Amino acid sequence: MATAYTPGLTVASRITHRVRRQLPIPGRVKVAEGEKVTDRDIVAETFMPGEITPVNVANLLALPPGDVVECMLKNEGERVEASEPLAQTKGIFGLFKNTCHAKVSGTVETVSAVTGQVMIRGEPEPVRVQAYLSGKVIEVLPDEGVVIEAEVSFIQGIFGVGGETYGRIVLACAEYDQELSDDLIKPVMKDCIVIGGARMTEAAIRRAADVGAAAIISGGIDDEDLKAFLGYDLGVAITGSEELGITVIVTEGFGEIAMARRTFTLLASREGADASVNGATQIRAGVMRPEIIIPLTEKEKAEAPPSRLADSELKLGRPVRIIRDPYFGLIGAVSALPPELTTLESGSKARVLEVKFDSGESVVIPRANVELIEG
Amino acid sequence: MTTIDPDTVDVILATDCGSTTTKAILIRKTDQGYRQTHRGEAPSTVEAPFADVTMGVVNAVTEVSELAGRRLLDKHGKIIQPARGGKGCDLYISTSSAGGGLQMLVAGVVRQMTAESAKRAALGAGAIVMDVIASNDKRRPHAQIQRIRELRPDMILISGGTDGGTTTHVVQIAELIAPAKPQPRFGRDYRMPIIFAGNTNAAPLIQNVFDDSVDLSIVANLRPVLERENLGPARDEIHNLFLEHVMAHAPGYDKLMEWVDAPIMPTPAAVGNILQTIAQEQGINAVGVDIGGATTDVFSVFDGTFNRTVSANLGMSYSISNVCAEATLPKILRWVHFEMDERELRNRVKNKMIRPTTIPQTVEALIFEQAVAREALRLAYGQHKEFATTLKGIQQQRTVGDTFSQELGGQTIVDNMALDLLVGSGGVLSHAPRMHQTAMMLIDAFAPEGVTRLAKDSIFMMPHLGVLAQVHPKAAMEVFQRDCLIYLGTCVAAKGTGKPGRPCFEYAVKGPGIDERGEMTFGELKLLELGPGQTATITADPARGVNLGAGAGRRIVQRVEGGTVGLILDARGRPLQLPEDRDACRRAIEQWTSSLDLYPQLATAVAS
Repeated sequence: MATAYTPGLTVASRITHRVRRQLPIPGRVKVAEGEKVTDRDIVAETFMPGEITPVNVANLLALPPGDVVECMLKNEGERVEASEPLAQTKGIFGLFKNTCHAKVSGTVETVSAVTGQVMIRGEPEPVRVQAYLSGKVIEVLPDEGVVIEAEVSFIQGIFGVGGETYGRIVLACAEYDQELSDDLIKPVMKDCIVIGGARMTEAAIRRAADVGAAAIISGGIDDEDLKAFLGYDLGVAITGSEELGITVIVTEGFGEIAMARRTFTLLASREGADASVNGATQIRAGVMRPEIIIPLTEKEKAEAPPSRLADSELKLGRPVRIIRDPYFGLIGAVSALPPELTTLESGSKARVLEVKFDSGESVVIPRANVELIEG
Repeated sequence: MTTIDPDTVDVILATDCGSTTTKAILIRKTDQGYRQTHRGEAPSTVEAPFADVTMGVVNAVTEVSELAGRRLLDKHGKIIQPARGGKGCDLYISTSSAGGGLQMLVAGVVRQMTAESAKRAALGAGAIVMDVIASNDKRRPHAQIQRIRELRPDMILISGGTDGGTTTHVVQIAELIAPAKPQPRFGRDYRMPIIFAGNTNAAPLIQNVFDDSVDLSIVANLRPVLERENLGPARDEIHNLFLEHVMAHAPGYDKLMEWVDAPIMPTPAAVGNILQTIAQEQGINAVGVDIGGATTDVFSVFDGTFNRTVSANLGMSYSISNVCAEATLPKILRWVHFEMDERELRNRVKNKMIRPTTIPQTVEALIFEQAVAREALRLAYGQHKEFATTLKGIQQQRTVGDTFSQELGGQTIVDNMALDLLVGSGGVLSHAPRMHQTAMMLIDAFAPEGVTRLAKDSIFMMPHLGVLAQVHPKAAMEVFQRDCLIYLGTCVAAKGTGKPGRPCFEYAVKGPGIDERGEMTFGELKLLELGPGQTATITADPARGVNLGAGAGRRIVQRVEGGTVGLILDARGRPLQLPEDRDACRRAIEQWTSSLDLYPQLATAVAS
């Protein structure tokens, strides 16, 4: 068989990437086709009607509902500020008047003579969509949003939690296999995308959230740590809407696992650059993986040749990562591809390959238990 | 699709695209009729950069091709048809469950009431509920719309309002969903199924809210009055739509449709057909299970009534973490007879979830996966029992006090004592290295009572044969009878409970080549040799309060069939309860494991 069972995740120093940005409801697109935008620019905007706050004027002023209309100081359609008098009784001979004040700022929407209720519509709420990716608008979706394109370094993670965020790439670990512990997180990492090496600890995630880091990325995470941080056990891998104050992405998997050297080297080479990241993951057919997008400057574009995405051919010498115990996380090269079914230690029969590590040691692994990595 | 002349079909290629693995089998016409000759499999390719199920098909077919020494694919990766000389095939068919589990969004007017009922209907249908949208969920409409868009649900269930009540609020909910234009996970031509199960008066208004971009179904209100729930119709519709529209779809599905010679069938529909055929032909009560990566499908035929459930949240890869979350790790580990590091196991489970196509390499990993399978099967069977009830469209009367907490009801027609045949299919059952392991997984999870014959799908080909039966019934039946079902043997299990070591039943087994007698005590499990094709008569006298099928304390005399495993005498009692104490439980499992010699390679490893 020529094709690998499990393709690796994309780790590219330069590819063309597109994002589609849309409003949830129709609104106004604020940028034009061909325009250059930066990640935090507002590309489309709309306004939602404000919240309705009912004020039971009849009760508050001890009036029959039918009298409320003539006691109103603000009529339907008029603006009212918070704490401003809204309605007032006539009093006795002009004295002992009772006043009812608005609880919120807004516009008087209705005054009911049936229930004595007054509805105040709060300030319209803006709904905005940011560009997310610094690049060029290549398509405008009328009243909805835009499509943006850019030349970027692009790294797919294996799993993440938390949604879109932005920040400057900063390294917390000096090596791809260094554990990301809390003592490596510094206050200067506020608003940054913190890059670790191997497993990130729960304390490190909490500390990163405390210092205000935008995201924390490392090779692995312990499931116990994730559970403790989320506050619940994840049943299915459909994430992205958690409100955790920080986006968490792992590039390799669960447990004590180092970041792939190639991924770490690429991230390290882009230290100081601004990046957009999204932890949203959906592992099912039509999979979504978390992503780290680092736009390239003109100078970088000139220097970096476009990445050639790896083909899925499984052949001798091809670097692979083992993705299942007992050799989980180890990286080696394919040294043999026997065609026949082989009996595993478990007793099952499967197609296997032989992987040779740098140490010279070789192991036999089911083909389903390796993924390709780019050389 | 071309018209098929069954008489000209000599070589048949069939694939089943699962959510995790794509399986291919080759069937050839031989002197003994149609026989399955070779099989191959490869991980399904639903993820980028492939995002095309046909790649997995090509990989699996390539494997068959290499093993059979027959070229089945041309240089462009297309299946060669018709068969000529030593290459190609005459018929190519496929089933699919590549779309995986069912993830739903439910919406209702009041979170604690109609939305809660809708959630229960979705859960009862085996779906994963991604979110519950309600008028009072404290989110602003734009946030709700954004959420609907981000989630990419497979299906939406809308409920709200009692029959004859106000229509405003439920229509508002629909008006929220319509502009969100919920995008399905894949397939531009796919129309999002939306089920409305709310106030019947609102149905015409709801129809006006949605355009043709969605596939709207209207069913009976799942909460017709405040105090009564009617979940059945909504649940049945979820099931039907899932099978018809969601399960089979995956990236590249359109391409696969062009390749096949008969319509692609959802895997559970195909397996269900086969199980029904077995039950009908033999006039028996049967239960079948197909455990996959994302879903576990259970089928039952009791007194001629067929039921099928798809638990879209229970499976061995995509859904494995959900099995662990639902069953809990201690419940899974009770099936493991040695210490395992819980922290490491949690990581292993999550790693399987994020890289679903891997397979266990070590015996420890195999034992753990089989323990997870027991719990997944147990949970799926529980869901099936709830679904397969005497009352269709459960109507349950409740008092006002129960308004906020309603539960499903109805009498299940699944009766383990009346069960004659239990069939296991799916990777973890079909590919267990030892048949004994398959037998024990089935017995532990389904807890059959009395005398039950056990079988497994030899190499996981029931789906293929299910679809083949539609276009070439003769070939399907011949392969099914000769190559598909492997009879594992018979389980004789006692219903009732007693202290370990106390007498449970006395037995005498007589037949050609076997003459055994003895006493079983509670907690004991015994395997008697009774090979394939062998039969014997068992005479058993149960202790007081123990039932082997003839009533408590009453003797049974019954013919039992042998198999690749043999005759299993199970005196562990029913309901099957494992010791609460971890050490005692481990000892019990160790004893049962050793009684059936489940993992001989483990004993070898320990000894060396």
